Amino acid sequence: MTHVAEMGSVSVARASRWSLFGWFAFLFLIASQGIAIAISPPDRDMGDLQKIMYVHVPAAWMTMLAPLAVLLFGIRYLWKRREEDDLLAAAAAEVAATFAGLTLLLGMLWARPTWGVWWTWDARLTSTLVLFLILAGYLSLRALIDDREQRAQWSAAVGVLGAINVPIVYMSVRWWRTIHQIQSSPSTVDPAYVLGLRLNAFAFLFVMIWFIRRRYEAATMERAAERAAESTALGGGRAEP
Amino acid sequence: MSAATDPALAIDASGVARRFGTSWVLRGATLRVHSGEVVGLLGANGSGKSTLLRIFSTLLRPHAGTVQVWGHDAVRAPHAVRSLVGYLSHSPGLYDDLTARENLLFAASMLGRDPRDVDVALDRVDLLDAADRRVRGLSAGMQRRLALARLLLVRPRLLLLDEPYSNLDPDGILLVNSLIGEWAAEGAAALVVLHELAPARGVLHRTVSIRDGRIVAAPHIHAGARLDGPVAVSSR
Amino acid sequence: MTLRQEWRRARAIAWKDLTTERRSKAGFNGVITLAVTILVLFGFALGPDAQALRDAAAGTVWLAALFAGVLAFNRSYQVELDGGALEQLVLYPGSRRSIFAGKLLANFAFVALMLVVVVVVGIVLFQVRIPPAWPTLVGILLLGAIGLVTLGTFYAAMASRSRAREVLLPLLLFPMLVPVLLAAMEATKALLGGNVMGDAGAWARLLAGFDVIFLLATFLAFESVIEV
Repeated sequence: MTHVAEMGSVSVARASRWSLFGWFAFLFLIASQGIAIAISPPDRDMGDLQKIMYVHVPAAWMTMLAPLAVLLFGIRYLWKRREEDDLLAAAAAEVAATFAGLTLLLGMLWARPTWGVWWTWDARLTSTLVLFLILAGYLSLRALIDDREQRAQWSAAVGVLGAINVPIVYMSVRWWRTIHQIQSSPSTVDPAYVLGLRLNAFAFLFVMIWFIRRRYEAATMERAAERAAESTALGGGRAEP
Repeated sequence: MSAATDPALAIDASGVARRFGTSWVLRGATLRVHSGEVVGLLGANGSGKSTLLRIFSTLLRPHAGTVQVWGHDAVRAPHAVRSLVGYLSHSPGLYDDLTARENLLFAASMLGRDPRDVDVALDRVDLLDAADRRVRGLSAGMQRRLALARLLLVRPRLLLLDEPYSNLDPDGILLVNSLIGEWAAEGAAALVVLHELAPARGVLHRTVSIRDGRIVAAPHIHAGARLDGPVAVSSR
Repeated sequence: MTLRQEWRRARAIAWKDLTTERRSKAGFNGVITLAVTILVLFGFALGPDAQALRDAAAGTVWLAALFAGVLAFNRSYQVELDGGALEQLVLYPGSRRSIFAGKLLANFAFVALMLVVVVVVGIVLFQVRIPPAWPTLVGILLLGAIGLVTLGTFYAAMASRSRAREVLLPLLLFPMLVPVLLAAMEATKALLGGNVMGDAGAWARLLAGFDVIFLLATFLAFESVIEV
C-alpha cells in the first residue's frame, strides 16, 4: 500500500487553513446554541429541558452521518490500498463513537425528567445504542491487530459492513416498535424550534469534520514517527518506496 | 535486478525486506534460482529462512523489494504464482481427523486433479498401507510423507521446502531426495531450507545462507559443521 | 476458474468441515448440549410462570441458538489453524469465495440442525403449543439460520485468528445481527402465537431481504479478510 510519506510534516498553509476552520466551527457552534436558546420558547410539557434538543438531536444526526465516512473511506481503501484512507476511516469511526455516546447520554438525561425512566426503547435511541456497539467492535478489532496491513484491510471490511448495517438496524428497530404499537416519543417538531435545529445541525457538522481532521492528523504523525523508528532499525536509508 | 523478467528464472528476488513490529527480519535479500536448480538455504534460528520462503510462496508480502516467480510478480499476481508453487512448511498442514487418503482426496478436489492420482501419490511415498488411518494417529515422519504426497498432486514448478528432512528416518530422507531429483529433472526448481547439510548433500546444486537478513553465498561446508558458528564467506 | 469448478471446491470444503466436525469428539453434540443448557438457564431466569415462559419462548430459542452457534463459527476455522492447514488452503488456486461458500454450507447445515433441536426442546420446556403453521416456522428457521451463518462465518474468519477470539467474535457479530435476530424472533413469536396479526409474513420477507444483502456484502468482502 502507499504510505503517508509526506504526512509527517503537514504543510504550514494547510495547517493554518484547518485551524481557521476549527475556530470558525466552534464560534458558529456557540452562536447557534445561543440563538437557538434565545429564540425558542419553553416547551409546553418539558419547559426549558427542551433546550437539550439542540445538542441531542444534531449529535444524533451526526452519529448517523459519520458512518458514511467510514463506509466511503473503507471502500476506497479496499480499492486503492492507500494508508490515508485507513487512517481517515478510523478517525471517522472514533468521532462517530464519541457522538453516539453523547447522543445516548443526552437522551438519558432528557428521558429521566420527562418520563421518569433512564431508558426507553425508543427507535432512534435504540438504534444509536446498537450503532455504538458496532463502532465499539470496530475499534476493538483495530486495537487487537498489530500488523498494519492486516489491520487496515480487516478494518475496512468490518467498517464497510457495519456502515451498510446502520440504516438496516434503524429500519428494523423502528418497525419492531411500530408492530408492538408502542407510543413513540414525539418526533414532530414545533416550527418554532426548526431554525434552531437547522443552525445547530450545520454547526455540529462543521465541528465533526474538524474533529475527524484533527484525529486524522494525529494519526498521521504517529505513523510518521513509526516509520522513522523503522528506518532507523533498518540502519538508515528508506526501505519502503 | 533484471530489467526484463527472465522466465527461465524460477526465483528472481531483489532487495526483499520484511519486518515484524519494528524489528527487521529480512533486510534486503537478493536471490536468483534457475530452472532445474536445487538450492540449499542455511541460517541460524530466527534468521528469516522461513519468512523468506513464505514470501516466495505469496503467503507474506515483502515490505520492500521485488519478487518474481517464473516471471510473475508475487505481490501483483499472487494467483499466478500460487499455481506454480509447492510449499512444504514446518507444520504438516493436514487435517487430523481425516484419514491420509481423505486428506489427499480433498487436496485433489481443490487442485482439480483426478482422484485416481491420489493412490498413485500414496504409493510413491509408501503410505498405501496407512492410507485409511487418521492423520492424528500417524507419526511425524509419516505426516511428512503425506505432505510430500500432496506436493506430488500439486505438480509444482517451484518447490519451497522448509526443513523437509526433520523427523525422517533414512528411508524418508532417500524419498525426499529422489522426489527432489525427479522434480528438478523435469525443469522445476527447489529452494530447501536446511538445518544441516548432510541429508541433502547428494541433491543440492549450491548453497546460500542468510546472515543479518541478507543472502550470502555459502562455500562448501563439511558435513556436521555447526551452522550458527562463524562461516567463511566469499564476497559476491 | 469456472463456476462448476468453484462449486466442486466449495462442496469439498463443506464435506471436509462436516466430516472433521463429526469425527471430533467435542463437536456437534457438545454444541447442541450447550444450546439446551442455555435454554434451561433462561427457563430459570424467566419462569416458572407459564405465561411468562410462553411469551419469551421465541426470543429465547434464537438467543440460545446464537450463543451456541458462536462456538461453531470459531471452530470451523480452528480446524484450519491447528495443523497449519489454513496456509495450504489459501495456496490452492482458485478464488477465496469458494472457501467462504464451502464454510457457509457446512455451518448452515450445523446451525439449521441445531435450531431444529433447540426449537423442539424449547416448545417442550416453555410449554408452547405447536403452531398449525409449523412448515412456515421451519422456513423462518432456515431463513434466520442463513443470516446467522453468513455473518458468523464472515466475522469468525478474522476473530479466530486474533488474540482474543472468544471475546472478539461476539463483540463484532452480535450488534451486526440485530436486524436478523429481530426479524427472526418476531416472525417466530407471531407464528407461535398463531399469527393473529399476520405479521409473520412481513417479517419473513424482511428477513429474506436482510439475508440477500448480507450474503452479497460478505461474499464481496471475504477476499480481504482471508488473506494477509
